[in-house]
Amino acid sequence: MFTRVECSSALPAGDNVLIFEGSQLPFRPGDSVAAALLEAGVSPLRKNPVDESPRAPFCMMGVCFECLVEIDGKQNQQSCLTRAHPGMVVRRQRGARTLA
Amino acid sequence: MSNLWDAIVIGAGPAGMMAATTLAEGGARTLIIDEQPAPGGQVYRAVERNSQNATLTTVLGPDYANGAALVARLRASAAELRFNTSVWRVDTDGTVWTKADAKVERLRAKALVLTSGAIERPVPIPGWTLPGIMTIGALQIMLKDAGLRPSGRLVLAGCGPLFYLFAAQCLQAGISDLVLLDTAVRANLVPALRYLPKAIFGHGPRYLWKGLGLVAKLHRHGVKIHRQVSNLHIEGTERASAVSFNVGTRSHRIDCDLVALHEGIIPNQQIARSIGCAHQWDERQQCFRPILDPMGESSVPGIFIAGDGGGIVGAEASAHCGTLCALVILKRLDKIHETEFASRQTATQRAYAAHLTVRPFLDRLYRPRREILFPADEVVVCRCEAIRAGSIREVVRQGCLGPNQTKAFLRAGMGPCQGRMCGPTVSAIIACETRQTLDATGYYRIRAPLKPVTVGELASQYGED
Repeated sequence: MFTRVECSSALPAGDNVLIFEGSQLPFRPGDSVAAALLEAGVSPLRKNPVDESPRAPFCMMGVCFECLVEIDGKQNQQSCLTRAHPGMVVRRQRGARTLA
Repeated sequence: MSNLWDAIVIGAGPAGMMAATTLAEGGARTLIIDEQPAPGGQVYRAVERNSQNATLTTVLGPDYANGAALVARLRASAAELRFNTSVWRVDTDGTVWTKADAKVERLRAKALVLTSGAIERPVPIPGWTLPGIMTIGALQIMLKDAGLRPSGRLVLAGCGPLFYLFAAQCLQAGISDLVLLDTAVRANLVPALRYLPKAIFGHGPRYLWKGLGLVAKLHRHGVKIHRQVSNLHIEGTERASAVSFNVGTRSHRIDCDLVALHEGIIPNQQIARSIGCAHQWDERQQCFRPILDPMGESSVPGIFIAGDGGGIVGAEASAHCGTLCALVILKRLDKIHETEFASRQTATQRAYAAHLTVRPFLDRLYRPRREILFPADEVVVCRCEAIRAGSIREVVRQGCLGPNQTKAFLRAGMGPCQGRMCGPTVSAIIACETRQTLDATGYYRIRAPLKPVTVGELASQYGED
């Protein structure tokens, strides 16, 4: 659904890879987690905990909270406000956040 | 008292950057905070990084690139910059609670400037919660922030300056599979023309010329545009797969991969509401905005609001708003002479006013259609709690008195977005059903924490006190 404006600069290989649901997913330095997931075609990012409808990033500026994911074991993280970094472990948010 | 600042500016868009720069240049000990990793706000997002990028600079255009000058001036000032930092609570005494990297901090200032900018007006239509539907602002942020452009069949639906600007940027970015659904209401044209004479003053002609240029560009490229679009529905089960709509009495349907919606922008009220700044309904802009004095001070003394957060004025006017607030604060801090204050205030107010001449025309021309402001019963209004417009109307019939009671009845506005996406619609529906004004109906009571903070994050900070 998304592609880089500059096709010439191919994704840099090497360290810029995060782990999404167990698979390696490349990103560019400076990408938000949401942007990296959208570029990879990940959809949906979560199910709404009330009616289980599929949801994905909507506003990309921290307002709508539709892009919630689990990052490095922490649930309900706003992926549009979190920068991707190498080795980051990202999972879909499943249902409401569980209370420890 | 190292944490007592002369001023804290919350938000590093054009208003915040100019407020912080002016304050710091005037000798005030100033801190500016933003959630993003760099200055610019949404309008100038990633402008420093992209100034090195010829392709994106061409795609995004000169008005975007001009933001780099504001960023450079902020960087050159003595203002302290804190990024990747969320503000989750603000108190009327100037206390600001932040969170960065799961670390909570409490700061205080003699004056606060809230420059939290605008959000896109919610566009509640059937199917709008599906993946594959975003806002036009969101797509533009992806372009600025990550150099990502949509691929596949793209439908842009809406109206207003950003709608045409982003459509033109899509062309510049090489997108060809594009259909525009222009929802501007033709009946708005005649009432809007009344404001056109005012728009020939100041910078009005520049804005009008830019708009005409964008529309001409879309025509030149032969972009498919449906005008007077209404009754938008988005179809799909796991993702948006098609859009259906009416033009007059004719119905249409288009298969698509991605839909982006935009019906203008409204002030982001969250922080100002949470500290009790008085708001009023703005009939012209069809939104609530804080009540401000001519220099931007809110009903809470010492709390200033500048830029689109105080009513939609646009990026360049917002920068002047920021300067005005800063000048008053410098005067109260006794850091500026009366004569310098007076001359700079006059010059800034004049520059500010020159950007406002076109606003009444644009506001009237792109007033959203009724089906957006008062969606049909089956449309989801509160995305977080999956509550439909019909349920809100039903509880009003049962005696629900206002927006805050819909929380008790339905949990509307109580999900993770804390009412940001449904607040305007819930107030509008209740006002319509009860035949009360929006001012009498009011809005959700917004409370801290404005951003999620865990008990653990809070507790971990209490060693110091």
